[in-house]
Amino acid sequence: MYRSHVLVCGGTGCTSSGSAKIIEALQNEIDKNDLTNEVQVVKTGCFGLCALGPIMIVYPEGSFYSMVSVDDIPEIVSEHLLKGRVVTRLLYNETVTEHGIKSLNETNFYKKQHRVALRNCGVINPENIEEYIGTDGYQALGKVLTEMTPDDVIKTILDSGLRGRGGGGFPTGLKWKLAKNLVQGGQKYVCCNADEGDPGAFMDRSVLEGDPHVVLEAMAIAGYAIGASQGYIYVRAEYPIAIKRLEIAIKQAREYGLLGKNIFNTGFDFDIGLRLGAGAFVCGEETALMTSIEGNRGEPRPRPPFPAEKGLFGKPTILNNVETYANVPQIILKGAEWFASMGTEKSKGTKVFALGGKINNTGLVEVPMGTTLREVIEEIGGGIPNGKKFKAAQTGGPSGGCIPAEHIDIPIDYDNLIAIGSMMGSGGLIVMDEDNCMVDIAKFFLEFTVDESCGKCTPCRVGTKRLLEILNKITKGQGTLEDIDKLEELCYYIKNNALCGLGQTAPNPVLSTLKYFRDEYIAHVVDKKCPAGVCKDLLSYEIITDKCKGCTACARVCPVGAISGTVKNPHVIDKTKCIKCGACIQKCKFGAIVKK
Amino acid sequence: MKSLEELKAIRDRMQGQVNIREEDSDALRVVVGMATCGIAAGARPVLTALSNAVQEKGLKNIAVVQTGCIGLCQYEPIVEVIAPGGEKTTYVKMTAEKALEVVEQHLISGHVVTKYTIDAAKLG
Repeated sequence: MYRSHVLVCGGTGCTSSGSAKIIEALQNEIDKNDLTNEVQVVKTGCFGLCALGPIMIVYPEGSFYSMVSVDDIPEIVSEHLLKGRVVTRLLYNETVTEHGIKSLNETNFYKKQHRVALRNCGVINPENIEEYIGTDGYQALGKVLTEMTPDDVIKTILDSGLRGRGGGGFPTGLKWKLAKNLVQGGQKYVCCNADEGDPGAFMDRSVLEGDPHVVLEAMAIAGYAIGASQGYIYVRAEYPIAIKRLEIAIKQAREYGLLGKNIFNTGFDFDIGLRLGAGAFVCGEETALMTSIEGNRGEPRPRPPFPAEKGLFGKPTILNNVETYANVPQIILKGAEWFASMGTEKSKGTKVFALGGKINNTGLVEVPMGTTLREVIEEIGGGIPNGKKFKAAQTGGPSGGCIPAEHIDIPIDYDNLIAIGSMMGSGGLIVMDEDNCMVDIAKFFLEFTVDESCGKCTPCRVGTKRLLEILNKITKGQGTLEDIDKLEELCYYIKNNALCGLGQTAPNPVLSTLKYFRDEYIAHVVDKKCPAGVCKDLLSYEIITDKCKGCTACARVCPVGAISGTVKNPHVIDKTKCIKCGACIQKCKFGAIVKK
Repeated sequence: MKSLEELKAIRDRMQGQVNIREEDSDALRVVVGMATCGIAAGARPVLTALSNAVQEKGLKNIAVVQTGCIGLCQYEPIVEVIAPGGEKTTYVKMTAEKALEVVEQHLISGHVVTKYTIDAAKLG
C-alpha cells in the first residue's frame, strides 16, 4: 500500500514532450530518497489539458503540476513528496489563488466538464487490468452475463438514447437490435472503428491509450447482445502507443478469463482480434473498413445491404466507434435513466471534443450535450489567444462544416448542428479567428479529401479534384463569379451521387463556408483580395515610407534580398521578388511593414 | 478468474488504492505533521500506518495527507482529523499503534479518542 500516488500522463502528447523521461527520473529520485514503498508512480492516460503538458498530479493532495521538466523532479520529490510542501511555482496557475490552492474541479477548464467516456483517463494505469477492475471494470459484463438477457441489454442501450459518437449519430441500440434480429445461425461480428482519420481529432486515441479495457468490455457486452463470439478492433497504424496498450489489455483480459471461452462460467465465448490500418482515411468508412479487414484494398460498397444484415465476410456485423463503446459499461451499471438524464432531448449523454486551433486551452474536453459553443470556447477553452476575435469553429473535420460567430450560443447536439449546415462529427473542434481565411480552410480540407479519395466512384474521384481546382483558382486570384456558381453546383452533384460518406460529405466545408462567408469568396474573385491576409498570391507586402526609420533590419533578414534601401532612408520591397514569407514584418520594430 | 466473486474480491482490494486519486472536496482529511520536527519524532511510520489502514479497510472519502510544521513541535508526531465542515480534532504524541486506534474508533465509529488529544495532553 502506498500513501501517495503520483500520476504522470503517458498519452502521446505528453510522451512526445518527454513524460517517459520524467517517469524514469521520478522513480530514481524516489528510490534515492527511500520513498520507494511509500510513493507509487503511475503512468496514466490523458488528463485533457494538453496545452500544459507534461502533466503530473500528486494524490491524495490533488496537486496538479503542469509543464513539468526533468530538472524539476528533484525539487518535487524533496519538497512535496518528502516534506509535504507543495511546489507552488509548478502548479497549474489557475489553481493558485490568494485563498489557497483551488481544487482542479473548480478551474475554468474542468468546471463544466463531465467525464463519462474519459472517466478512467488520467486516473488509472491503463496497462494494469486490476486498476480497471478497481474502478468497477468488468462488473457490467458480469451483470449482463448473469442477470440480463440479450433483449434486456438492447433495451437498456435503446432507452439510454446513446447515439453513434463517430459522427453519424445513429441510435446504437437500434443498430444492435437490427443485427440481433437477423437469425441465421452462423457467425456474427462486433467491430470497433478506431481508425480516427479526421485531422486534429484524438478523442478515440485518448480512450485507447488511457482506458483500453472499456472498449474490450463493451464489445463483449455487444457480442452477448447480438449473438456474436468474435470481435475486431480496427486501429490506425499511426497510433503505436494505443496499439501497444490494446495488445497488453487483450492479453491481460485473456489471462484473467474475461475474454476467451466460457466467460464467468456462463457458456459465453468472446474474443477480440486487432487489425491495423495502413494510412487510408477512407478505411474509417464502415464498409471500406470491413473490406480492409477481409484483406482487400479499402473501398466502400453500395448499401443496402447494410452491415447489420451483411457486413464482415458477408455476415451480420455491428461497427461502433471507440467513444460509443466507452459509454456502454456505465450505462449498464448505472442504468439508462442515468445516461438519459444528461444532454438534450434528442442527444443524450456527453461528447468528447478535441479542441484545437486558435484557442488557449488546447486539449481534450468532455461536456454534456447541450453545452453551448460559447461555453466551450470562452470558459473551458480559455478564449482566443492574443485578443483576436472568434470567427468560426470547424466541427466534423473534412466532412463537417463551420459554425460562424453568429451561432456561438448554439447548444451543441446532433440535430442543432445539422440544422445550421454543419455536423457533430467525431469530435474534432478547430477554432478559427479573424486571421483565418475561410476559402483557404475549405481548400485545406479539399486537399485532404482529394488525397484520400479511394477512386472507386466518379463523382468523388473526379468531382473533388475539380472542386479543388476551382478553389485553387480562386485563392490565386484567377477565379470568376461563374466559378463560384460552378463550385456550388458541383458540390450538390457530388453530395447526391458519391458512393460513400467520404465523397458525400467532402463538399460540406465548401458549402458551409459559402453559406456563411460568401463575401470572402467574392472578395477573392471580384476584388482579388484575401480579407484575412492569408492567400499569398493575393497579398502584397509594403513598407510605409513615413514609418520606416531605415534601420535595415528587414533587408538583412529577407531570404530573397527583395528589400532595398540605404541606412536612415526609407526602404522599399520589390514585389516581383517578394515570396511573402513574413520575416520582415516580424523583424520590424516600428510597424512600418504591412500586408495588403 | 471464473466467477463474479473473484472479480469483486479484486475490485475491493484495488478500490482502496485507486480511491486515493479522487478529487473530493467533501473528504475527511487526516493531516500528519511531517516537518523536520515531526519526522524526527517519528511521524513517518504514523503516516504509513494511517494510509495503509484506510486503504486496506476500503474507507471512502478519507484523504491522508502530510503537512509542514504545525507549530506545536513538542507534541509531535501530530495528527489532525478535519471533518468536511471544518471541525478539527488534534491528536498529539502519536505512534503507529495509537494511529490504528484512531482509525477504528474515530474514523470508522465516529468517537474521538479523547485520551490522545491535545486537551488531554495539556491537562495531563
